[in-house]
Amino acid sequence: MHGITFDIAHLLAGSLVVMSFVQLYQDRLSALINVFAAHALVLALSVAWQAFVQEAPHLYITAVIALVFKAIVIPVALRRIIVRLGIHREIETVVGVGPAMLLGIGLVALSMVVMLRVTADADPLAREDLAFALSVVLLGLLMMVTRRNAVSQVIGFMSLENGLVLAATGAKGMPLVVEISVAFSVLIAFIVIGIFLFRIRERFDTVDMQAMDRFRGEKR
Amino acid sequence: MAVIRDFAFQGAQMLLVLLLSPLLTGFVRKVKARLLRRQGPPLLQPYRDLIRLMRKDVVLADNASWLFRVIPYFIFAATWIAASLVPTFQSGLLFSWSADLIAIIAVLGSARFFLALAGLDVGTSFGGIGSSREVMIASLAEPAMLMIVFTLALIAGSTQLSTMAAFMNSPEVGLRVSLGLGLIALIIVAIAENARIPVDNPATHLELTMVHEAMVLEYSGRHLALIELAAALKLLVYLSLIACLFAPWGMSPPTAEPRLLIIGVAAYVAKLAVGGVLLAVFETAIAKMRVFRVPGFLGAALMLALLATLLRFVSRSF
Repeated sequence: MHGITFDIAHLLAGSLVVMSFVQLYQDRLSALINVFAAHALVLALSVAWQAFVQEAPHLYITAVIALVFKAIVIPVALRRIIVRLGIHREIETVVGVGPAMLLGIGLVALSMVVMLRVTADADPLAREDLAFALSVVLLGLLMMVTRRNAVSQVIGFMSLENGLVLAATGAKGMPLVVEISVAFSVLIAFIVIGIFLFRIRERFDTVDMQAMDRFRGEKR
Repeated sequence: MAVIRDFAFQGAQMLLVLLLSPLLTGFVRKVKARLLRRQGPPLLQPYRDLIRLMRKDVVLADNASWLFRVIPYFIFAATWIAASLVPTFQSGLLFSWSADLIAIIAVLGSARFFLALAGLDVGTSFGGIGSSREVMIASLAEPAMLMIVFTLALIAGSTQLSTMAAFMNSPEVGLRVSLGLGLIALIIVAIAENARIPVDNPATHLELTMVHEAMVLEYSGRHLALIELAAALKLLVYLSLIACLFAPWGMSPPTAEPRLLIIGVAAYVAKLAVGGVLLAVFETAIAKMRVFRVPGFLGAALMLALLATLLRFVSRSF
């Protein structure tokens, strides 16, 4: 298990965390979508490498699903959505890149501390995959919390799901049926969210979530 | 006999870095000019500039203090010391055992501190702007640099550059995500420290954009020559540092065997040339950043270095 195979698995899973940080750093929607596609590409590579290491051919299918849906179909669809909504040049006012990054580092540290303690006697490959997967999930949540635009919240949600797939491939034994159904449910969620985006837009003339607080009767 | 030989090698390295550094600056300028389809100054132009400046008289401001006159010599000396400590063509040189990577950063940091003081000394507004910007950049670049050092030291098990280079050359390094992150962070810090393009433009005297040039605006004659030489040396130090830590191939072990030494020198010059070309291509491809975006750029370096340290703990726990 040690040696170059482990190093490559570690490298790919680590790159996924780095891509999550790159996502947090982007404040333009079109750049954000590009980074999301790259995120999914790294996930596909990582899953394919796990399939090779664990000699589990069904994981290759997961990798292909990640590649086709998340790296190609969803980014293309998202790009169309933002072009049709006319917000592809939008620069989001985020909480601030610096604080968001620091929070992200804190979350990564937290997930390492938690995961490395909890999974002390697990297989090393699964263990580091779980630690990285938890950080990707937490970073996706952070992305959803710190963004105001609905489209980037959707991207946060999708990257969170990437983290879940990474965790599932690391811990051997997720059946193929479950995997496919998860992939399709995410796709359906994406479609639903896409429809909702247009509905929100029709209703409120914006996809900025702060505008919606006003309609709910909250402050401002 | 062995001591004399050690001194000879150390002296050779100190001369080599001193002689090569203006050439490296000229080389980067030449490549940049060629990329812009200009003829560009000849490769030896920096040497001519330095000789010309050495011959000229020094013009001092009336209210310049003694510090202002001393600082160029100090900056040059500090940078040269740092350059003599980084292994270039041979590892395990005589001086390299007296100081580690943290000491090199401290020496470069004190040189920067005195340069900022010199910018403030005469009391012109340009010097003040330059110093305040330089200190802002430094306050972000130095923590990032220290985090990089921590990561590398945790991986290599030492802060001694010769030991680190030997470790990086051995097959037990493997493929590590922390090292990749550290490399990117180190490149960002090197660009910021050397006042290269996304952070500062080394070729301009436009007041809104300059950092390094603003601080040295009041210097002339041999003082300016020393500061320019120190700046060239600093670029060489950072390139050598990156080459020594991340590409230590071909570096000669501490022997006197001529074949290994020739390979070492050739590899070093080749690494510098590759680094210079990459720097020129990068500088041509990217636009200068607004000063207020620099913290974001350097913050990314700090974040990458922090992340590298964290990921290092994950890989170590197995």
